[in-house]
Amino acid sequence: MSNLRLQLKEKIIEQLNLEDLSVEDINNEDLLFGDEIGLDSIDALELIVLLEKDYGIKLTDPAQGKEVFESVETMAQFIEKNA
Amino acid sequence: MKKNGYITSSVKLKNHQIFKNDALLFKTEPHISTQDFLKEAYRFLEINYPKFHKMDVLCKLGIIASCVLKEDYPNDTALVFQNASGSEVSDVQHQKNIQDFPSPANFVYTLPNIVMGEISIKHQLHSENAFFIAEEFQPQFIHLYTESLLDQKKASAAMCGWLEANLDDYHVFLNYIEPRGEDIFSAAMLSEKFLR
Repeated sequence: MSNLRLQLKEKIIEQLNLEDLSVEDINNEDLLFGDEIGLDSIDALELIVLLEKDYGIKLTDPAQGKEVFESVETMAQFIEKNA
Repeated sequence: MKKNGYITSSVKLKNHQIFKNDALLFKTEPHISTQDFLKEAYRFLEINYPKFHKMDVLCKLGIIASCVLKEDYPNDTALVFQNASGSEVSDVQHQKNIQDFPSPANFVYTLPNIVMGEISIKHQLHSENAFFIAEEFQPQFIHLYTESLLDQKKASAAMCGWLEANLDDYHVFLNYIEPRGEDIFSAAMLSEKFLR
């Protein structure tokens, strides 16, 4: 597992208070907002803050969010491309 | 003819202890943090509601108290709460956050009545609710307001009482009121149970 993907999982668990999940429970391709991880709209806002705060990336187009936050993998690819 | 309501269950959370109907149900070491106490209580009660971990202290107290008070509620159970500090804990946290990066997850808890929404979602209530702020618990006011909801048939039952969390401490005293029981629902009875 790449460091970035592992780091993202740790940050998501910590910042979204997903106490019942561990890094091993999240696969890179799991849908963050689907049945698999079950994040909600407030979590989406927290992820936007996380991108800006920890990686210096500001999402300017809200429509981007749907693709960027689909999974840990899509988030990692977006960070690798834009950081 | 006006019918009496009855207090059929009470719950207290104070000093890292949970009492149901005056009997000690759960306690932790007094020196641990309130958040750790709430986490341990959540595990002990086997609440199994992952959203709990995202909530602020006031909501966690409300969810735990409501789960101890009763297992199932009629969906028209009214909620009538009072406290002194509103949502102070989340407000102060939000004030700190906005110096840097505001947290949406914290911001959503900067109103005390959010706890009633969380309790309603957890127990699937579609009912009347009201959250009052006062310097101290006012049994007469809470009794009067709750009783009027029951009298006017706005609700068939009610959860009412004190739900306080501030930067230093917390104190919860909630009661379940329904049409049948032994302890008559009155301001004096609320007051007596509160001080017990």
